[in-house]
Amino acid sequence: MNKVVVQIKRFFSRLIVIFQRLFSILETPLRKIFGHKLAIPLLVLTAVIVQNIISTPNFFDISIKNGLLSGYIPSIMDEAGELLIITLGMTLVIAVSGGVDLSVGPIMAIAASFCGLLLNGSEYRTDVFQNPYILALFIGLLAGVLCGAFNGIMVSYLKIQPMIATLILFTAGRSIAKLITHGQTIYIMNPVYKYLGVQIPGVPIRTTILISLLFVILVTLLVKLTSLGLYVQSVGINGSAARLVGLNSNAVKFMAFVICGLLAGVAGLVGSSGVGSVNSGELGMSIEMDAILAVALGGNSLSGGKFSIAGSVIGAYTIQAITTTLYAMNVRPDQLNVFKALIIVVIIVASSEIFKERIKRLIRRILSSIPKSSKKTTVVGGCSDEN
Amino acid sequence: MKIKPHTTGDSFPLLKRKRISNTGILLMITILLFFTLYFASTIYFKSSNFAKYSVFFNLLNNKAHLLLLALGLTVVLITGSIDISVGSVTGLVSMVIATMLTQEGVDAIWTIPASLAIGIVFGAVQGFLVAYIEIQPFIVTLSGLFFARGMISVINAVSVPISDKTFMSWSGAKVFIPFLYNERKNGTLDIAYLTPASIIAIVVLIILIITLKKTKFGRALYAVGGNPQSALLMGINVRKTKFMAHVLCGLLAGIGGFLFTLLSPSGNPGNGVAYEIDAISSSVIGGVMLSGGVGLPIGTLFGVLINSLIERVVPLLGITEASWPRIITSAFLFIFIVLQSLFIGAGSKKGLKLTLQRWMTNLRHVFSRRKKNQPSS
Repeated sequence: MNKVVVQIKRFFSRLIVIFQRLFSILETPLRKIFGHKLAIPLLVLTAVIVQNIISTPNFFDISIKNGLLSGYIPSIMDEAGELLIITLGMTLVIAVSGGVDLSVGPIMAIAASFCGLLLNGSEYRTDVFQNPYILALFIGLLAGVLCGAFNGIMVSYLKIQPMIATLILFTAGRSIAKLITHGQTIYIMNPVYKYLGVQIPGVPIRTTILISLLFVILVTLLVKLTSLGLYVQSVGINGSAARLVGLNSNAVKFMAFVICGLLAGVAGLVGSSGVGSVNSGELGMSIEMDAILAVALGGNSLSGGKFSIAGSVIGAYTIQAITTTLYAMNVRPDQLNVFKALIIVVIIVASSEIFKERIKRLIRRILSSIPKSSKKTTVVGGCSDEN
Repeated sequence: MKIKPHTTGDSFPLLKRKRISNTGILLMITILLFFTLYFASTIYFKSSNFAKYSVFFNLLNNKAHLLLLALGLTVVLITGSIDISVGSVTGLVSMVIATMLTQEGVDAIWTIPASLAIGIVFGAVQGFLVAYIEIQPFIVTLSGLFFARGMISVINAVSVPISDKTFMSWSGAKVFIPFLYNERKNGTLDIAYLTPASIIAIVVLIILIITLKKTKFGRALYAVGGNPQSALLMGINVRKTKFMAHVLCGLLAGIGGFLFTLLSPSGNPGNGVAYEIDAISSSVIGGVMLSGGVGLPIGTLFGVLINSLIERVVPLLGITEASWPRIITSAFLFIFIVLQSLFIGAGSKKGLKLTLQRWMTNLRHVFSRRKKNQPSS
């Protein structure tokens, strides 16, 4: 009986020693992999994709139906389009101010309402444009820019916390959009209107995918080629220090909010074009939540400073993949929020500094407590061998 | 012997004699605004009985639940944190109560501990994440919002009416206030009344006023909100204070949910949507500063009353579209937030005083110039 216990002890001590050696070998590469900015988003995306491959074997199949690419991946990319455009703006806003822009969803609704109003005139259901299409798009985008500028002025020049400043448009925005459309859904039946959100004839890829990728490229170029990216980071890290260096930090903040408003306007136009109607109560509903989640998933700090567009893009696609997966698992859209909320909390807790430090301390404590006991057991084991 | 307080030279006499804090001025503006609005509407809408006592008390009766949510937010905002999950928690509590009463057949008395427990659990989890893991309160409570809203539809995706007799008797009860009545045209008396919900709300308000003014915990809340580092140096347990503020806010949200269910006895997936925004705007209009450390519960009461008044007045203006009250409330919110940021100035707490002094000296210059000019010309 005693021998069995001793053997078990010896077995475990050897296991622990092996584990320790493995850990010491793997420590640096592991730290390199998990220390990378894009590690967590890529890990989550991989997990979601693996889950999808297991549940649906034809996940990677892409076929052409009715002159359009169809399949799981194109549909995820298509549905993520609006979210992706919003996320780009949100990334800049979070980076520059350490706060979030809550009003993106309402801005989408306002932009689309202006566009729909101009296209349809006084009617709710027509297929004839009352005004030039380009003009309507331009006015829609202008509305987005103006809303962004309103937020920007409050945040940068009046020094109001971004979350509170954008709360005003978040509350009033949808009501304003309903006022513009007189509380009714506007149906735009002209096929030209669907170019932006569905398909341009002859192009096999959905326009949403193309537009969202176009904006990803545009914003990346804007951030990399001009000094805006650097300015945004420095203002986000320390606004007053940036001001002392000679940056106009108010202007940089203002710019970020205007860009966010413009992108929200684009997303609103794309979204309303995708369904062929303007419903100010539904368009972009709770998209701000998804966008914040995407930015957080992308490994960006929610307290401002450094940001990575690539991370946000991966984050946005991950969110959409999670959403699609949950829909495929017969989760109702209104129940989806439970899972999303849990995922956010887990990710943010896991990436928080204090949690990381506690885990490190815990691991260190376990590792430091083990060698003493393992030495003792080896001594005991040695004695038993001699006997 | 009295020691004279040290005062710097140029400040004008009104402020010299009795110092009015920023809190006091924000509170005064709010109370003045409410009474101005109320008397204006009394004069403007003569036909709609604003002069009656019962109409005045109904302003509170209709928004008792909002008062509790706003009080919770006041506590949390004073510590410099925020909780935007209160609206969804209200909805969740009402759905749980409806399901308990209608589908499970539980005795009505058990709905009270259940609603309190839901509130406390939400408050405690969020408070733990905010205070001890130091995650941004906004993100934590945003996910709390979505979790609660999702849980509502997990419990029940359809509207559940409540028909429990005990609960309905609570819901329909009225406590008439003696001596406050008007005569109707047909001779009957229109006595002002309070619902049990508003009585609970007023009791909670009074308890909270005393807590924030007199107890160690209440003063710690202000200290933590004003400057967490100096609060830490003073020996206040900052984390515990923040945690307790969130728990208190959750508890008040739970009670608020119960009162909301008393007001509209049914569980509906759409219950309590955007209530957090009403609550935030009420406390901000009531003079709570979003930067923390400033605010009084009594101001929140007036914020809620203004909110209730707007909702009542706007339809009387002949505006039928339902979106206007919300737009007007957010316009008020906007004005008050801008006022606050002016008060804070460039971050110093004396910003308002300095601005006022500057204005007064400018005015003095203007007047003195005129006086000088007049004799010469």
